[in-house]
Amino acid sequence: MNTIGWPNYRSLNQEGIVFAIAVVLFVAAAIGLPGFIDPNNLVAIVRSVSVLGILALGMAVVIIGRGIDLSAVAIMAMSVAWYLQLLNSGTPDGLAFAYVLAGVLAIGLLNGFLVAYADVPAIFVTLATGSFVFGYVRSQLITQDAVPVPQGHWVELLGGLRFLDVPIEVFVFAGLAFLFFLFLRYTKWGRYIYFAGDNPVAARNIGIPVRPMLVLRYVLSALVALVAGLLTAASLHSINTRVVNSTLLYDIVLVAVIGGIGLSGGRGGVRNVLVGAALIGILLNAMTIIDIPLLYQNLIKAAILLGAIIVDGIINPRDEQTAQQGDI
Amino acid sequence: MKLIKTLMAAATALAVTTFVAPTFAADDPGPAAYAQALKGKRVMLVPLAMGFDLAQGWSHYLKTEVEAWGGVFETRDPNWVVDAGAQAITDAISSDTRPDVLIIHAPDLNSYSKLMKKAQAAGTYVILVDNPANFPADAFVGSDWDRLGQLEAEAAIKGCGPNSSKKIGLVQGDQANSSSLYQYAGIMKVLDKNPDFKVVAKPDSNWDATTSRNVTTTMLQQNPDICAIIDFWDGDATGAAAAIRDAKLDGKVFLVTTGGGEKAADCDKLQDGTYGAVVMTDLARQSGDMNAIIKFLLQSGQPAGTSHTYIYTLEKATTKADLKPDSCWDLKALQAQAAAK
Repeated sequence: MNTIGWPNYRSLNQEGIVFAIAVVLFVAAAIGLPGFIDPNNLVAIVRSVSVLGILALGMAVVIIGRGIDLSAVAIMAMSVAWYLQLLNSGTPDGLAFAYVLAGVLAIGLLNGFLVAYADVPAIFVTLATGSFVFGYVRSQLITQDAVPVPQGHWVELLGGLRFLDVPIEVFVFAGLAFLFFLFLRYTKWGRYIYFAGDNPVAARNIGIPVRPMLVLRYVLSALVALVAGLLTAASLHSINTRVVNSTLLYDIVLVAVIGGIGLSGGRGGVRNVLVGAALIGILLNAMTIIDIPLLYQNLIKAAILLGAIIVDGIINPRDEQTAQQGDI
Repeated sequence: MKLIKTLMAAATALAVTTFVAPTFAADDPGPAAYAQALKGKRVMLVPLAMGFDLAQGWSHYLKTEVEAWGGVFETRDPNWVVDAGAQAITDAISSDTRPDVLIIHAPDLNSYSKLMKKAQAAGTYVILVDNPANFPADAFVGSDWDRLGQLEAEAAIKGCGPNSSKKIGLVQGDQANSSSLYQYAGIMKVLDKNPDFKVVAKPDSNWDATTSRNVTTTMLQQNPDICAIIDFWDGDATGAAAAIRDAKLDGKVFLVTTGGGEKAADCDKLQDGTYGAVVMTDLARQSGDMNAIIKFLLQSGQPAGTSHTYIYTLEKATTKADLKPDSCWDLKALQAQAAAK
């Protein structure tokens, strides 16, 4: 039980390993790289992983419940692109937002329904709905990849918002992380997610509403994606749907998994997301300061992930139960 | 009497010439040969994706012209996926309606080389547009990226001025796309000639705006006195612009980029000061070049793969000062025009 609660100092798990790597990197960068320890740079690090971290929070909740949401990036980019397109073509703001919110909820519900009630594996459902969302919005609702934010719109103003010189994304990330922490740790449905993720059949047998909760998780993930999309557009004053083809989706899974949220479900929490995001943020920032070319950056990122997984495999061998049920 | 006769003869001669002239024009063999060579010919454009300004502009100008001479114009949309592009080309070559001219926007130097060879073997002329590739196509139409990089560097040096920090930051695309590699080479050529200007950082954006923003933030954090940044594409330079805005360095950092000269993407942003200079491709002229080489190849009678022509588009760095009403083309207007038809 302790693995989902406060740190377990007796055994070193993947989260601990990754946290240690992050600390070592941080110290090394602080000593070796001029300007790394500068408060502004630290804020920039947190900011650079804020949107990624927000998406990873949504992903974490789904993965803990033994699922996966591969439609997150498509929902993030396409919902906001559609919203901006509606605004640009003169739809009133309230109505446009209502449409988009309804669309996002519908996709979340569809994901959840197909996984929970039609018993289709999550990986296939969300892969399909992600492609559908991208294809439909791209071909039917918007005219080009990049959709600009109308001048003076609240999304643009949101991007310029600062408290104590810290960009708004950082506060949204922190706020959402706290809310997710409260949800997962102190609410009944939050705790149930661990039971359902660890052993869905047993959870159902003891009377937990496994299926409605599953639907809820996918809806939650879709809404989180919408927030992440709005923040992206706020900062860049436009949204480019090309991001759907990027490695962002894998980065989200990477942040969750590298932080120690097992793909077999029932393990992990908000803290793991924060640790994963911290490692990625520090790593990318340090590599950019050193001016390492992108090809090597990807190689180093992948090597560290591989290393963490191998060490985890050695320290925490797979148990009988996971071996029988399998990962996703 | 003799004078009158002469005059009348002259008048008759004049009249005959006047009446004969139209018959003479109808005998011009040009239009018939032109129509015979071109009518029903198929032209296919396979860009990196159909959803961005360059591809939409090319497609508009090519379609108008090709359909005007009785040809068939088609596009395929690989949506930035190299495999999908390869599939589209493969299908096109082997289909019953094999295109007579294939216009390919290559994603990198090598990916489509074999397929383009196959296309030529099947008798399809291959025209490369915008991105060069390691393949002797029938024609290359697009930017001389090396020259384009030089123009960017010159604009950046001018934007910095002689009394600046002389520190320049680059936001490259990636390390595979020829447009990024050659652009970098061109920039470095100019900077080698101006040794007091230094490149302080050269991260890659992978053509993604968020990545561009993050790396530019770090770059400005490390070197707050940077006087110019060159971002390799206007598609992701919005990210670099956001980083400059966030660092409250608007007006202090001269942002140079390159793009297809679309109004919302380039001219509007020059106007509002987001970009200091944009090396813009004259898209209508570039499309015109493509049209001309298509018409030439189809009439030449030479087998595909015989000749190799390079047609570089004239590039120019535009700043707010030399912005004119016709500096850019307007995608929205083209779309409205297409919708009205």
